[in-house]
Amino acid sequence: MAKLKNLEDYREEIEQCVKCGACRAHCPVFGAERREGRVARGKVALSKAVLDGEIGLEEKVLEDLSQCLLCGSCCAGCPNKVPTEEIVAAARRKIAEQRGLSSFGKGVAAILGRPKLMNTLAKTGGRFSALLFRKLPENSGLRLRFPAPYLESGRTLPPLTARPFRERCPERIEGKEGMPTVAFFTGCGINYMYPEIGEAFLRALKFLGVTVIIPKDQACCGLPAVSAGAGTVVEQLAEQNLAALTHEPVDYVLTACASCNAGIGKIYADLGGDYQQLAAKTRDIFVFLVEMGLPERLAELPKKGGVRTRVTYHDPCHLRTRGITKEPRAILKSLPQVEFVEMEDAATCCGLGGTYSVYHYENSKRIGAKKAGHIEESGAELVATDCPGCIMQLQDSINHAGGSQRAVHILELLNEALPKE
Amino acid sequence: MLEQRIIRNLQQTLGKEHVSTDKADLICYSYDATQQQFLPDVVIYPATAEEVALVMKLANAENIPVFPRGAGSGFTGGSLPTRGGIVLSTERMNRILEIDSENLVATVEPGVVTEQFQKAVEKLGLFYPPDPASLKFSTLGGNVAECAGGPRCVKYGVTKDFIIGLEVVTPTGDIITTGGPTMKGVVGYDLTKLICGSEGTLGIITRIVIKLLPLPEAKKTMLVLFDSIDGAARAVSTIIGHKIIPTTLEFMDGRTLDCVRQATDLEVPEGARAVLIIEVDGDREFLAKQVQKIQQLIQPLGVVETRTAETPEESEALWQIRRSVSASLRKVNPDKFNEDICVPRSKVPEMIRKVDAIAEKYQIPIVNFGHAGDGNIHVNVMIDKKVPGELERAHKAIEEVFRGALELGGTMSGEHGVGIAKAPYIPLEISEKAADYMKTIKKALDPNNILNPGKIFLD
Ligand SMILES: Cc1cc2nc3c(=O)[nH]c(=O)nc-3n(C[C@H](O)[C@H](O)[C@H](O)COP(=O)(O)OP(=O)(O)OC[C@H]3O[C@@H](n4cnc5c(N)ncnc54)[C@H](O)[C@@H]3O)c2cc1C
Ligand code: SF4
Ligand code: SF4
Repeated sequence: MAKLKNLEDYREEIEQCVKCGACRAHCPVFGAERREGRVARGKVALSKAVLDGEIGLEEKVLEDLSQCLLCGSCCAGCPNKVPTEEIVAAARRKIAEQRGLSSFGKGVAAILGRPKLMNTLAKTGGRFSALLFRKLPENSGLRLRFPAPYLESGRTLPPLTARPFRERCPERIEGKEGMPTVAFFTGCGINYMYPEIGEAFLRALKFLGVTVIIPKDQACCGLPAVSAGAGTVVEQLAEQNLAALTHEPVDYVLTACASCNAGIGKIYADLGGDYQQLAAKTRDIFVFLVEMGLPERLAELPKKGGVRTRVTYHDPCHLRTRGITKEPRAILKSLPQVEFVEMEDAATCCGLGGTYSVYHYENSKRIGAKKAGHIEESGAELVATDCPGCIMQLQDSINHAGGSQRAVHILELLNEALPKE
Repeated sequence: MLEQRIIRNLQQTLGKEHVSTDKADLICYSYDATQQQFLPDVVIYPATAEEVALVMKLANAENIPVFPRGAGSGFTGGSLPTRGGIVLSTERMNRILEIDSENLVATVEPGVVTEQFQKAVEKLGLFYPPDPASLKFSTLGGNVAECAGGPRCVKYGVTKDFIIGLEVVTPTGDIITTGGPTMKGVVGYDLTKLICGSEGTLGIITRIVIKLLPLPEAKKTMLVLFDSIDGAARAVSTIIGHKIIPTTLEFMDGRTLDCVRQATDLEVPEGARAVLIIEVDGDREFLAKQVQKIQQLIQPLGVVETRTAETPEESEALWQIRRSVSASLRKVNPDKFNEDICVPRSKVPEMIRKVDAIAEKYQIPIVNFGHAGDGNIHVNVMIDKKVPGELERAHKAIEEVFRGALELGGTMSGEHGVGIAKAPYIPLEISEKAADYMKTIKKALDPNNILNPGKIFLD
């Protein structure tokens, strides 16, 4: 099994921090709670103090290191590109190793005890209840992200689907000759909560004539476990996904979830070897669609009249930090029924952040509230994005703010624009 | 270590959650942009002037040093708790209290971040010009205490030119106000100006009254590449000589351009050995004319290329060259000393030549860029601390740079202040008598020397 880097391996990056404080302008957690321990500079300083043995893993250190969305905003604004989110994730793994996972991911601890898959699911849909939730496979990203105690917190969550997406669709959908073959990495959000996004994904690729493989034995990408500090879980999931995604040759592995894209495209790249090759093949769906000339194809379709809906776009951190900002917008702008408007601070984190919103729901709400304000000010009716996690958080934030906007995946809008079969 | 009794007292004054002796917090408030570290005994987060006053009374009675801290982005160690004691953070005092559009005056608490204030007034068509490069994260309190400057100072002046009143907690725990919201005021000594730039040694600023301007209608940015630093410097004096004061006149020397070339894919032609970024602001029609005139004036001075931005995005792209400097310098060497000397405008080329000679003499790369319009040169001495002897050579080089600036009628610091970084060099610039005059003021106001002791002057 490939191993993730240790905190010790990050010493050089930690020492690149020149303490300028620029990250204070970019860290959403600091924006919600102005204390030095909450900002990247503080977290890096604490990580260094831990490495140097100046401070132990005491409560306050755990608390400060838990106060990070792993959104990477600080790194983008840092003159020396100090990868605070990676440093914090490594520090959390160290904490989990030494103190157990209880501080960060109670839900994850259960998996460590019983790593076997349990692929049974609730029969009914309906509201997302704690009961239903417990029936999710234990290593699903949702369980990793939202350990049971969290569900009593009053958050609005989308209903859980009765039949997961991967159970509904064939494992292979043949496309046209000469077109690429891709594997669809569905991720947990689409599989268990938003199967309609998965269906829209398949329709878009069918429209282009691409052959799609949807491996049944794929698992969670592991990003929620990264956030929880559950290093071994990440490594196990990566191994399982590597096997699932490589038993048939494919040109690309496509994702329609920003977190999955970062999980497979970045975390796996760090694992080296075969994982790196898998990572290199990973594409965000909209990058792929733009490469395949979808906007031009849409332009050729006969124009339908009708009112256009005002739509704004939220940049998921895990795409923004990987430089993917133009393609989702390009697709949105190419949709005939959409009037695109840019909102202020489209690129700041929505406040979900893996296990962050579990343990710091109040702060998470505060960060989300800012976002909801910007959506409102933009005058848009819909906020589209490219990540089921963000959709959930954005909708929760809009609901708390009493707004009427809906959060959707760009694929759902694309679906409407494609010709009916 | 402070006694438990004192900590309890602080907790009673401020509330338990606003007083921390957690090691993690002590570490987080032990540094600033100088990258030096000193652990305090306690970090406190007061919310009002009254709380600050109670803290100062206690500190005076118990002889505990107090170190005010804004964002900790200072380059000279002003907020470092060099003697342990209390770090007083203004992070909770971050409200914009009033923006008075009728009188063009605003009142803020010291912890407000500069850019947030700028954005708030600009929404109302008003303008707060001081723009230190740290404006996105530094606080107005820190800006006032350091009298921060920035590129726009050529035309508009520095922080203190916009501060017309303050509320200050004295080192002995009284609350006083200085100046006020009127554009004029000559009653008594000008304490506002005394506190501005006093680096947190004479009082703790708890409220700031700021003068505003109307927001200029538009601005235009030009990037001009020259074949020599002399050409760029002559361009500066020619423009100003023709009574045009641009909003900014930023320059970068040849070495800086070499760094930028290596580190980015921004196109910089080979023949270019200096750059000026010239920005003008004002009414739209008037701007086009001004740009034209500037271009005519400087064309004969060795201009290699001129790029003019037509849109805000294009302007941003031009500034990007300036912004990429900081990161690109690390390619030269991992560690740097960023000195901010200031010389009379016309002496900039001479100063650059001096610095080049010093770099040669000590075999240390030195990269210069800065605000040519006001002669403020950021002299970046690039070293690798791990290489034996390099640190010592750097210190010698820096002292020579200071001496060089003073010989040309300049100063050791145009905007970063003295703090602890430049305290040892003070006698080079300030006569013993003048220094005594300043120390007498400090002693009179802070008899127990508990407010930010050891800053500016060695004692
Ligand atoms: C990347 C970068 C770029 C910079 N660019 C510039 C620039 O262009 N121009 C420039 O002038 N500076 C610049 N600086 C230096 C620095 O940002 C300024 O000195 C700034 O004003 C410091 O503000 P701060 O809130 O961080 O204050 P701190 O660093 O926390 O404190 C600075 C000083 O102010 C005192 N102080 C803070 N708050 C108060 C208060 N309420 N009452 C009394 N004293 C107080 C402190 O004791 C200390 O002596 C830069 C720094 C960085 C890291
Ligand atoms: S911006 Fe980067 S270098 Fe500056 S303090 Fe933050 S992490 Fe450190
Ligand atoms: S990753 Fe995001 S939340 Fe974490 S320190 Fe950086 S900016 Fe802040």
